[in-house]
This record gives sequence, C-alpha cells and structure tokens, in this order.
Amino acid sequence: MNIYKFEFKTYWKSFTLWSLGIIALQIIMMIFYPTMARDAQMMDLIMENYPEELLQAMGLGEHVSLATVLGYYTFVFVFVQLLIGVQSAYYGCHFLSIEEREHTADFLFAKPVTRRRILIEKYLAAFTILLLTSLVVTASTFISIELFSDGREYEIGPLILLLFTVPIFQLFFFSIGMLVTVGTKRIRSVISYALGFGFGLYVLNAFRSIVGGEFLGFFTPYYHFEPSYILMEGSIPVGRAIISISMILLAHGITYFAYLKRNIRAQ
Amino acid sequence: MNIIETHDLTKYYGKSKGIEDVNITVKQGEIYGFIGPNGAGKSTTIRTLLGLIFPTRGSAKIFGKDCIEKGHEVRRSIGYLPSEIFYYDRMKVRDLLNYSASFFEGDYTNRINELSEAMELDLNRKIEDLSYGNKKKVGIVQGLLHKPKLIMLDEPTGGLDPLMQKQFFNLIREENRQGATIFFSSHILSEVQQLCHRVAIIKDGSIIQVEDITTLQKNNYKKIMIKGENLSKRPFDLKGITNLTLDNNTLKFFFKGDINQVKEKLQPYKIEDLLIEDPTLEEIFMHYYE
Repeated sequence: MNIYKFEFKTYWKSFTLWSLGIIALQIIMMIFYPTMARDAQMMDLIMENYPEELLQAMGLGEHVSLATVLGYYTFVFVFVQLLIGVQSAYYGCHFLSIEEREHTADFLFAKPVTRRRILIEKYLAAFTILLLTSLVVTASTFISIELFSDGREYEIGPLILLLFTVPIFQLFFFSIGMLVTVGTKRIRSVISYALGFGFGLYVLNAFRSIVGGEFLGFFTPYYHFEPSYILMEGSIPVGRAIISISMILLAHGITYFAYLKRNIRAQ
Repeated sequence: MNIIETHDLTKYYGKSKGIEDVNITVKQGEIYGFIGPNGAGKSTTIRTLLGLIFPTRGSAKIFGKDCIEKGHEVRRSIGYLPSEIFYYDRMKVRDLLNYSASFFEGDYTNRINELSEAMELDLNRKIEDLSYGNKKKVGIVQGLLHKPKLIMLDEPTGGLDPLMQKQFFNLIREENRQGATIFFSSHILSEVQQLCHRVAIIKDGSIIQVEDITTLQKNNYKKIMIKGENLSKRPFDLKGITNLTLDNNTLKFFFKGDINQVKEKLQPYKIEDLLIEDPTLEEIFMHYYE
C-alpha cells in the first residue's frame, strides 16, 4: 500500500483548502438565515417579484420557501454542490494524469508494480479524500444549521437523505474527470476541465428547469440529486439516481480497461 | 544468457512510426550501447521494454520473461535512469529515495547513504531547490539503490559536467564489474565509444547495424576543414576522402586512413585555419551508413 500512503499525503493541502472553503461557504450563507426568516413575509414578497424561470434556475421552485430552514438550506446546498462538483472533477482528472503532467511517470511506472495496482491504489487514495470531504460537508451542514437556525424546527430526515447523496454526486464528477483523462492523449490544465464540467452541468440543469422537461436532466447530477426535490419531498428521485449510478459504473469500467492499456507518453 | 531479447518489436503512435521490427539481443554482463539521433526511437524502445507503452506488434523478453505480461516481476531487477528527470518537487531527497526503495523488498538505507556519498548528494534538501545536475544525481541514486541486474540509461549524461560524467561512468563500470548488464542509450558517439562493448545503431525507428565497439573505431572517419588561399580540389582526390567541397576558400571533406597523406598534400599551401574533428552521428549516418 505504499502508493496509497504516498498519494494520500499529497492531497492534504488541497483537501484542507477545499474543506475550509466548504465550511466558510455554508456558515457565511447561513448567517443571513435568521434575518430572512424573521422577515419571512417580505422575503416571500421579494421572491414573488422574481421571474419564475430565474428562481427555477437557482434551484428554488414555487414550493420552496426561504423562510423555512430546509427551504433556505436548499438554496445554500446548490452552492455546496457546485464546490464539490468542481473539486471531484478536479481530483478525477488529476489523480490519473499527474504522472504525465509532471513527468513523474518514468519514476512510478518503471517500478516493479502492475498497472492495475497503480490504478487501484491511486484511486483509493483519491476516493478516501472524497469520503472525508463528504464528512466535512455533513459536519459543517449540521454545525451551520445549528448555529443559525434561530431555534426554528426542521425535519432532520430529508437532510440526512440529502447528505447521503453527496458521495454519489462526487463520484459522478470524479468519473467524468477519469474519462477525460483516459479519453485524451495529453492533459495540460486539469482545473479548466474541472471548472468546465462543474459549472457546465450546473448551467445545463438551470437551462433544463427553464425549458422544462426531463431529457437534459439525464446528463447532469445537479438534476439527479436536486436539493429542492430531496429536501421538500423527503425522498430521493430513484429513477434519476439509478441513471447517475449507471453512468458512474460505466465510466469506472471504461477507465479501468483504458488505463491498463494506456501508453504513458514521454515529455 | 540473454538479458534483453526483442523480436520484431514495433510501435506506431497512431499512424506515425515510433520503431519498426527492432531485433536486439543484449547478453549478460555487457555494456550495450544504443545509439541514434534524436527521434530515432531510442526512448520508444526503452519505454516499451519498461511497459510504459505497449508494442503495436512484436515482443520483448527481459531475463527470459515477457516484458509486458511479467512486467512487474521483470522490473524488480531493473534500474532505470530517464533522460529528463522530474520528481515530486515538494519532497525531500531522502523521502523520495525512501519512497523509491519502498517498492523493493529489503532495507536500502545503507545503500542510499553510500550512493549519495559517492555522488556528493545532500539528502536533506528539497528536490525543487536542486540544480539540474543534482536532480540527475537523485535519478542515478534512485536507479541504482536496489542493486539492479539490468541498468537502463536513457541519455544519462545530459546536464552533467565532465567531472560528474567521469564519476558517473566509473559508477556504471563498477556496477558492471559486479555483474550488472548495462543498456546505454545516447546520441553522442564518443561517450558510447568510451563505455560500451557493443553498439546498436538505430535510425528512423529501425536498427541499421549492430557492431563491436572495436569495429566501429576502426571505421573512424575524421571531418576535416581547411581554410587558406588558392586551395583547389584536385590534389585531394585521394582514396579515403569523401564529400569533398570547396567553398569560400574553405575545403571540407571526410577522411578515413593515414592522416600523414593529408599532411603531405597540405605542404605547399599557406593555411589560415585547420580543423580536424569527429563527425557528428548525423554525418556518420549520412555518409558512412548510406
């Protein structure tokens, strides 16, 4: 497990920064909740004045009220999803391509290890970091809500359900990152791919909610795990989740076989 | 016993040729030179042998085992020094070497210390702070620390000053004396001549010739340039002179044979400048192996 240990350590700095970002985002956004909730009527008036399409695009359907804890958290969580989407796509693309980008392949691949072992240990290290990130999301969700819910009641069930979807949501973007790596000969900038997919699929879902219909939703986990649906309905949209999981499994299969046959190019 | 054996080893990158039908045999205990101009396919061959890239067709065996299927077993006894050295920059030298050693069974602490001392390498520095030459030393130590039976060197001397280069060659000779087989790729003829027993010459992805180093030295061409007034081509129409040109009072040609013959012919002329040098590899390929 020496590759795993080595890889795992290389993530620490990045993991800490992303975690701080996620915690800061949730706390800063939740700070405004008490004010919003106290002026609930005014808030709802303001909301009414926004065009319906815009609210939809922000993940706030007609049945979401910013005055309730979960209603407001719907709004917060969309941004959390954006962050972890970008982060996961980044890691997915990064962990397979780093040897080629930083030219350390000649070091690692000339060692007496199988390609399979390199892939699996590297994968597990990144996966561990994703899981730790989802724990950070869970912890900071409860902390920020407890701190700023202003004593208002909320149902804990839907929230747990939503947090439960985080690892699958992460794996979706992680898989895209892996596919990009095995699908291209040479990767130069990982962050541009990560931002592109993180925001691109968000925009796709926003677009879907404006034009209506489900078709475009198939391709974006922002729709598969829509916070407003999960928090308001109190259940996971099973059909959409199955699509997500199938895509993840397919991407893992493709990555596995493609990477075992991949030509690791020289500088 | 053959340490490396390739059969029609071929690698295409899409439609562009990397190497084609490479057949080489490296015997145990040899220092085997692998020489060719840049882009001839030296690195492609080495990277295929190491399993970094996969052959389009053909096969290769190292220690009698298939280097793709049994790659991880084979690599236990290979030490590899790539042409350009890049490492995980933020690490300390010692940590990198320990990571490298962790891929092999056993304790290599003493060996790391020994080699670093011989190469005058400071183990406590960060890799990103090292000069190019020092990074190269890290590469040498990580390539040799597990006492490999086969050492593969891909243009290893680039960036080393002459003193370091000598030190490095001594180290390689010592490893060879202790039984290691060396596969040495280079585009510099003189260093191959210094070190190797046998040489394979590769050009445009194909092996042109495999020769003992002594044979290669016998065919020692010199590149001669003479600058002076009233020079003419005619007196130099000798056996052993090729590619004779006269341009701008400068006579250029390749010569193989007794140098005194040229000296005599030069007698009547007033010479401004005279240059005798080893031809570059490109020139050997162009004029000698055509």
